[in-house]
Amino acid sequence: MSPGSTLLRRGRVIDPRNGVDGVRDVLVRDGQVVRVSEAPLDVPDAHGVEAEGKWVLPGFIDLHVHLREPGEEGKETILTGCRSAVAGGFTAVVAMPNTKPVNDSVLVTEYVKAKAREADLCRVYVAGAITKGLQGEEMAEMGALVAAGCVCITDDGRPVMNAGLMRRALQYATQFDLPVMVHEEDLTLSGKGVMHEGRTSTRLGLIGIPPSAEVAMVARDLVLLEETRGRLHVAHVSCEGSVRLLREAKRRGLRVTAEATPHHFTLEDEAVGDYDTHARMNPPLRTRRDVEAVREALADGTIDAIATDHAPHGVLEKQVEFDKAWNGVVGLETALGLTLGAVREGALSLSRAVALLTDGPARAFGLPGGHLAPGAPADITVVEPDVEWTVDATRFFSRSRNTPFHGRRLTGRVTQTWVGGRLVFENGQMKESR
Amino acid sequence: MKHLLGIEGLTRADIESVLRRAEAHLHGAPDASHVLRGKVVANLFFEDSTRTRTSFEMAAHALGAEVLNWTTAGSSVSKGETLLDTVRNIEATGPVALVIRHRSSGAPHLAARHVRCAVINAGDGTHEHPSQALLDAFTLQRRWGEVEGRTVLIIGDILHSRVARSNLHCLKALGARVVLCAPPTLLPAGIEALGAEVTWRLDDVLPQADAVMCLRVQSERQGESFFPSAREFSRLFGLNAARAERLKPGALVLHPGPMNRGVEIAPAVADGPHSVILDQVAHGVAIRRAILEEVCQ
Repeated sequence: MSPGSTLLRRGRVIDPRNGVDGVRDVLVRDGQVVRVSEAPLDVPDAHGVEAEGKWVLPGFIDLHVHLREPGEEGKETILTGCRSAVAGGFTAVVAMPNTKPVNDSVLVTEYVKAKAREADLCRVYVAGAITKGLQGEEMAEMGALVAAGCVCITDDGRPVMNAGLMRRALQYATQFDLPVMVHEEDLTLSGKGVMHEGRTSTRLGLIGIPPSAEVAMVARDLVLLEETRGRLHVAHVSCEGSVRLLREAKRRGLRVTAEATPHHFTLEDEAVGDYDTHARMNPPLRTRRDVEAVREALADGTIDAIATDHAPHGVLEKQVEFDKAWNGVVGLETALGLTLGAVREGALSLSRAVALLTDGPARAFGLPGGHLAPGAPADITVVEPDVEWTVDATRFFSRSRNTPFHGRRLTGRVTQTWVGGRLVFENGQMKESR
Repeated sequence: MKHLLGIEGLTRADIESVLRRAEAHLHGAPDASHVLRGKVVANLFFEDSTRTRTSFEMAAHALGAEVLNWTTAGSSVSKGETLLDTVRNIEATGPVALVIRHRSSGAPHLAARHVRCAVINAGDGTHEHPSQALLDAFTLQRRWGEVEGRTVLIIGDILHSRVARSNLHCLKALGARVVLCAPPTLLPAGIEALGAEVTWRLDDVLPQADAVMCLRVQSERQGESFFPSAREFSRLFGLNAARAERLKPGALVLHPGPMNRGVEIAPAVADGPHSVILDQVAHGVAIRRAILEEVCQ
């Protein structure tokens, strides 16, 4: 399949890495960006696409996605997850290893890659486990995972509680220059908690998780990072204390990156309402003050990327007692709208928001894409910025519907997603090659 | 009132309406046995309880209803049935109300979102126990005439107590001052936002109390290190005879039961002149009749 030439005409190109924000023509050929021109281009053999009034952005990159395959295909498959991704404007996702079986081996890595090739929609990067079976006891074969193409390692969903093991994992990973992504939670502090510890948990009689459960582990891992000179990526930062530590660590030049999810920078613990399990997530939704702190960290560069932590679950996992419900929310199809919500509220500039979805994640893991300079992959997201729409979970491309945002009005919608110069999603429809 | 899921959200008028009905029932007001005649009230107890279940059962019978008693022992729950399936199956048999006791906070709320009949919360996890709070308020009001302006001191494991939360909402709604006293490890975060005053200095607040409510110390908590031992708890927070002497004259002592005599409350205090503990039990049926009437009509 040869994508040929495409000319996206007169869109507002926002490409933070290359300092571009203005009306441009973008010429794409053979899967790559060829030219980004202020003056209108005349390329007779190119397929022209009118983008006037729209934004032409580098394709979004999500560092944190659960595709559930292998093992829980009833919740999501690599195919449905990729559809959800491109519908949300994501041209690349990093698949977390907490599948069944866990991705702690080349076999599972190869399986995910093969299924992603078959889906043939967006780029699927694979994350391997830090420890075998995510048990937190023995290191997985990191070298083999890297050789098979894993772009980071993580026990996401669980912390590595053993500090000695975590220290060695960071040390060992330095030989591959591999980011170690961490789910920061001291299990002795979070205990049986099911939501943020505060007035809402007290009112509802639910066991709370104090911020210290996260902050203490961020502190520990930054100390270990400093000794090992590894690369640390802190997943789903939820609270002010973590932000403060990360800001200081970055100021001192440690190789740490971090991400925050749209739900953590949009919702507070009160969203649990009367036991709405769709607002149950880990780390939990926190207070207004934490939301503000995360927003400031997104704005000032303390946090590098917006990641969705897309975590599909079925009705069986959510339509139960709150303390029995599973954690997580699907996020790929609402991420842009929620991010633009933060922009409209003045928390971030538009170009910073775009950077957090593109350049930031690309740099954090050293992935291609994330910008539109000539030679970059032609991964492009076209957005109609002023379209208002209502989130309807029943119409998600994801196989799951667990979202606290059902019914929410959002502004800004993806109209086209291009991956490697090929149009894979347009106006609510998949353009699958199969 | 469609359901009774908690005291939170009820108005003073709602609460007073239940208390008035209970008063009428207590006086053996006109025969009430026709109120729910031919109807079924289902008791769904996912967690053990003798006194609450019996009390709801007696109340339902007094209103002429049949009672379906369902417990988890030997039920489909032990075969892995979900709460919603259980609730929907019971609902399909046609009860007017489901009385639900469950160890998960919010379980009755989940049920109420999926059934058409009334749902009464008979205690959910560490959230609320509204019928208990109503009978406590009823007991206080009958002694005092008016709860407004009184100080009620609640002592013990506030963190895990649904009784404390419901009483806090109920007493605040009726205009009382509520002081919670517990070791700092058993005071839930942000409870002041619900209108409580908190302290761990029992001896300072004891003389201010018009009523003292002792909560059961849950012995299973000791292993979790919320406090070092029952003995230490008793020394710091137990209502012993010496402390009882420092109570205001006429102050009332309550306990939702079951009591650990000699731990949170000394036997002489539980049975002494301040105690209204048996009144609480006696008022339970009248309050539950009033609740069933409210939600089933």
